[in-house]
Amino acid sequence: MISVTDLSKNYGEVRAVNNISFTIKTGEITGLLGPNGAGKSTTLRMLTCYLKPTSGRICVGDYYADEDPDGVRSIIGYLPESAPIYGDMIVYDYLDYIRSIRGIEKSRIKEIADICGLNEMMHKNVSDLSKGYKQRVGLAHAMISDPDILILDEPTSGLDPNQIIEIRKLIKEIGKEKTVILSTHILSEVEATCDRVIIIDKGEIVADNRTAELKASQGTASKISIKAANVDFDSLSSALRNIKGVKDVARGDDKELTSAVILAAADEEIRPEIFKMLSDKGWPLYEMVKETRSLENVFRELTKGGNDE
Amino acid sequence: MSNNNETMPANINKKFIHVIKSVFQKAFIIMKKELMSYYSTPIAYIVITVFLVVTGWFFFSTFFIFNQAELREFFKLLPIIFSFIIPAVTMRLFAEEKHTGSFEIIMTLPVSLTDVVVGKLFAGIVFTASMLAPTLIYIVSIAIVGSPDAGPMVGGYFGAVLLGGAFSSIGILASSITKNQIIAFIIGMIFCLILTLIDKFLFFLPASLLNFAEYLSADYHFKNFAKGIIDLRDLIYFVSVMAIGVLGTVQILEERR
Repeated sequence: MISVTDLSKNYGEVRAVNNISFTIKTGEITGLLGPNGAGKSTTLRMLTCYLKPTSGRICVGDYYADEDPDGVRSIIGYLPESAPIYGDMIVYDYLDYIRSIRGIEKSRIKEIADICGLNEMMHKNVSDLSKGYKQRVGLAHAMISDPDILILDEPTSGLDPNQIIEIRKLIKEIGKEKTVILSTHILSEVEATCDRVIIIDKGEIVADNRTAELKASQGTASKISIKAANVDFDSLSSALRNIKGVKDVARGDDKELTSAVILAAADEEIRPEIFKMLSDKGWPLYEMVKETRSLENVFRELTKGGNDE
Repeated sequence: MSNNNETMPANINKKFIHVIKSVFQKAFIIMKKELMSYYSTPIAYIVITVFLVVTGWFFFSTFFIFNQAELREFFKLLPIIFSFIIPAVTMRLFAEEKHTGSFEIIMTLPVSLTDVVVGKLFAGIVFTASMLAPTLIYIVSIAIVGSPDAGPMVGGYFGAVLLGGAFSSIGILASSITKNQIIAFIIGMIFCLILTLIDKFLFFLPASLLNFAEYLSADYHFKNFAKGIIDLRDLIYFVSVMAIGVLGTVQILEERR
């Protein structure tokens, strides 16, 4: 459905997107994930033919972006970042305007207003709407032509938690038949909605995988943190190191209890051994947590944005 | 065979109309939207009021002194007044869209840049016409006191709309190079004034160059219309200015993508 080859974009001297390539199949919900300024919006803007790539090629459906941008635009519905909509129009007029440019039946306005929950707001000026409603108008704008491809730049920004859940549900619903690409820096959003995630950092793709696989693939060690009482860290540490499978023990931070972070081989389950050792020594165990690798860890590792853990 | 020959021209004619319609269809949608924005905000009414007060004052302050049943004084000043008013009308057309980011919306809809620019130019022309419409009442007042010559008036109003279109295209061009409406206004105004006054500034030039300067002058071409002469050369001049404005704007916006 969408294929991108060796795409680059320079803003003057700065290279915002550097040689990225990917293909997206019909019916996939793809999340474009990356820290601020990674090149997500630039990539989406090139896909929608708003920006011209410095080099590289984009093919959307049957159209090449450099040959027939209008063709590409006609099958894409696009929600730009922070939905910059004409403020001096009422919602109905705005949707009517988009509808007439796209050449769609008038009855579609009512339909899309129902879907996006805009019925009450149709006769209000866009500039008087709250951010959440503006975002909904933006979504209505993107979906009014019932496009094959939906590109959403930070679709849930500015919405309240209930609206976020609603929008995610809506995206998932649309994603059953249509191709959806959304950009975000919110990790839980990708985990909740996307089949596939492309992580971008400094204009380059650092990971491109199914959401589930990406979570599983990274790292070979698992982390277990424990908290125990009546023991100092050194004796706890040396006792732990005697257990088979423990690779390293580090000091954890807790004021009252003795805490340790154990690095163990990923394929071995050593928690029963740890528990047995502690109860044999008579050190009461308060807490034992095995850290599952969330997308957040993967993300921080790949983009080196966070502290090294 | 003969039947075929008869229907051919009609077919071509129909096709031609269809092509024109489909070429401008999207431009008309853009025009409608821009006009809606103009008339739903106070800007339009303020600009029209200012225009009517200024022209009305200039017109009537000399009308009774000259004691002639004509609109010559009104048309004489029109290029200068338009040089200030039209850029103020068109300054927002692209600058505002770029400032608020809605330019991204229009550029990601299936509509070509030329359609957008032409649509905005049409809006400028329609707005100029609607601004001129109340001045038709001058004709009524002149007709009461004398018997005016129809030629210069028809030509004058026709030329005024063309002048408005030419200045609109310059204003749109100025609006496309900046995000700031004030800068767009000043640049547009400077260029409109240059086009109006170029043959008056360059009076010291030799006659051959002066002729050339005259050809560039919007005022010179407009004057011909206001005399009641509808000359193809003057028509071509205004249409060329509009075309250059549109092409220049498309080029600038395309370049910045």
